[in-house]
Amino acid sequence: MRGEAGHMATGMLAPVGRWRPGTEVSLALLVLALAAVFGISVPTFLSAANFVDLVESYSVTGILALGVFVVLLAGGIDISFAAIASVAQYVAATLAVTSGWPPLAVIGAGLATGVALSLVNAFLIERMAIPSIIATIATMTAYFSTLMAWTGGRAIYTLPDWWTRRIVFWRHETDGGDIVRIGLPIVLLLVIFAATHLLIGYTRAGRQLRAVGGNAEAARRIGVRIGRVQMIAYGYLGLCAALAGLLQSYRVGQAVPNAMVGSELNVVAAAVLGGASLTGGRGSAAGVMLGILLLAMLQNGLTLLSVPSFHFQTVIGAVLLLALVVISRNERRVLRGTGR
Amino acid sequence: MTETPSAGTEPSLSVSTARKGAARSLIALARPAGGTNGVLAIMILVLCAGFAAFLPHGSIGPGTLQSMMFQLPELALLSLAMSVAILSGGLNLAIIATANATALLMAVVVHALAPADGGTGGTLLAVLVAMGAGLCLAVAIGAVTGLLIASLGLNPLLVTLGTMSLIGGLSVTLTRGGVISGFPEMLLALGNTSFFYVPVSFVLLLVVFGLVAALLSRTAFGISVRMLGSNPEATKFSGVSEVRALVGVYVLSSVLCWSAGLVMMARFNSASAGYAGSYLLITILAAVLGGLNPYGGFGKIGGLLLGLVLLQLISTGFTLLGLDQHVTNVIWGVMLLVVMSARKMMSN
Repeated sequence: MRGEAGHMATGMLAPVGRWRPGTEVSLALLVLALAAVFGISVPTFLSAANFVDLVESYSVTGILALGVFVVLLAGGIDISFAAIASVAQYVAATLAVTSGWPPLAVIGAGLATGVALSLVNAFLIERMAIPSIIATIATMTAYFSTLMAWTGGRAIYTLPDWWTRRIVFWRHETDGGDIVRIGLPIVLLLVIFAATHLLIGYTRAGRQLRAVGGNAEAARRIGVRIGRVQMIAYGYLGLCAALAGLLQSYRVGQAVPNAMVGSELNVVAAAVLGGASLTGGRGSAAGVMLGILLLAMLQNGLTLLSVPSFHFQTVIGAVLLLALVVISRNERRVLRGTGR
Repeated sequence: MTETPSAGTEPSLSVSTARKGAARSLIALARPAGGTNGVLAIMILVLCAGFAAFLPHGSIGPGTLQSMMFQLPELALLSLAMSVAILSGGLNLAIIATANATALLMAVVVHALAPADGGTGGTLLAVLVAMGAGLCLAVAIGAVTGLLIASLGLNPLLVTLGTMSLIGGLSVTLTRGGVISGFPEMLLALGNTSFFYVPVSFVLLLVVFGLVAALLSRTAFGISVRMLGSNPEATKFSGVSEVRALVGVYVLSSVLCWSAGLVMMARFNSASAGYAGSYLLITILAAVLGGLNPYGGFGKIGGLLLGLVLLQLISTGFTLLGLDQHVTNVIWGVMLLVVMSARKMMSN
């Protein structure tokens, strides 16, 4: 763990918009190889219905990982997003059930809660100069424990109909009789993916984000207002977290205070697997999506092979370590200037 | 320890510097002697006085103190394991997984070797062999972690995230998520006997803290660890072997996890892959609260001990006041933020 501003040597700021092969390509090859292995051993793995299932099962994780990726890109880290997602979800559910607010107001209030809590993080990190990992560990504890003390851990089971009604955008019946549905989770994941891609690649804020993550001191000297950039990064993560919280309760049909906490490190792992450097400045939204796809395929494939679910943690650990070793070799090549 | 020049020694070259000097000496007055440790000590005293005043008479006594001393060692040893890594500029997220894995290995070995008739000699041998096996596992985990971080130049946060997942996953897989329980009295004695009111495990804790503090402040290894934490580039160029120092750091960290695992299995009379999971982030909290610089390089082990006493005091006191664990957690989190913010304002 190094200082947010302490990374002078490693911050290579690639020209924006220039596609750099590297982690994404090796990851894509890995995903294809994995698909081939699972496809041969379990024929149902390659069916469209199964593919839609596995993407949908990782939609919440994916939205969180894309949000975390933006913060990582700006050179920070966040552990509190799952707690923020839970608080936003519960606040929205309470407003909908006990206060009877209309749908749009409920969704707006949920998203606003997420953004506000995440901006508190940005304030602590920027103004109080608390390292991001320490600040978000503290706020995670504070947010989540407040939620548990307030709710007593009780779930809200009676979400209104508009909340839990299945929204299907596209439906297709295959020859085998399987029904393929593209529902709200996948569409939201794709929307956030597109938004993240546009934000970091094609906007002024995105360029500044990468600059701050690459070399905070250099960015400050060319006139980037670091506090504002941090607010954008954490605000965006807060928005993604709240959206993921609302989506999670849509998928399970209830609001459970402790349903999302505990998965933080897996989400960070997914973002890093996709090539986001923990020291900031590097990575792409496409890489994060590939990282998510890899984890989703691993879990789905192992389940179809009837491997007991407790093996999954071991596999994630092994894959993460392997990916790290491979990425480090790539990065060294890039840093030595022989990589392209 | 921070040194603040007092107004008297500041040469009053101009009005503005004199004013600055006066302001500094005001801050120096506001800052209790001894910097961070002083703040913690005062907070501990205030809390003690507060609890003494507000808790019903008779609800605190020597028994309360003793139970706090029984509870402290696991968290303290794990926090020490985390602190060693933080001091080197890293982090060890695998501490809980390592403690549980070594405890499980020791449990399996004890069960396999302990004689059925309960003979003292055979049992002692079994316990010693088990402890040796656990120690070997800890050293192996630490060495691999240190090598991955140092020789490949990987981020400690990510490497230990991976090892945490791998070690934890293997422990769950090999035990099928179950608990291994029932150990010989000899082993349990470590967790629940006292020596003149002071629990044996607490004495062990103090000895370990003393050893680690001496190792980190008085040996070449300790100095290279601090240097690595404060400026890795400069340290490399000054001829310190990064690989050797980091392998040492993570082996030390893992061995401390092993000692925590030993204390846990003695106290609970069982071992499992799922124990102490909630401690992971609290150890980071304790380390930073105790004055360790989260970026590495600076901080004292004594401060960590004070930070831990403060956390335990809050937990015990608020439990006695009838508040639930969640409220205590909120207070812990807010307190960390307040202490960090206060430090920032004092240093300005």
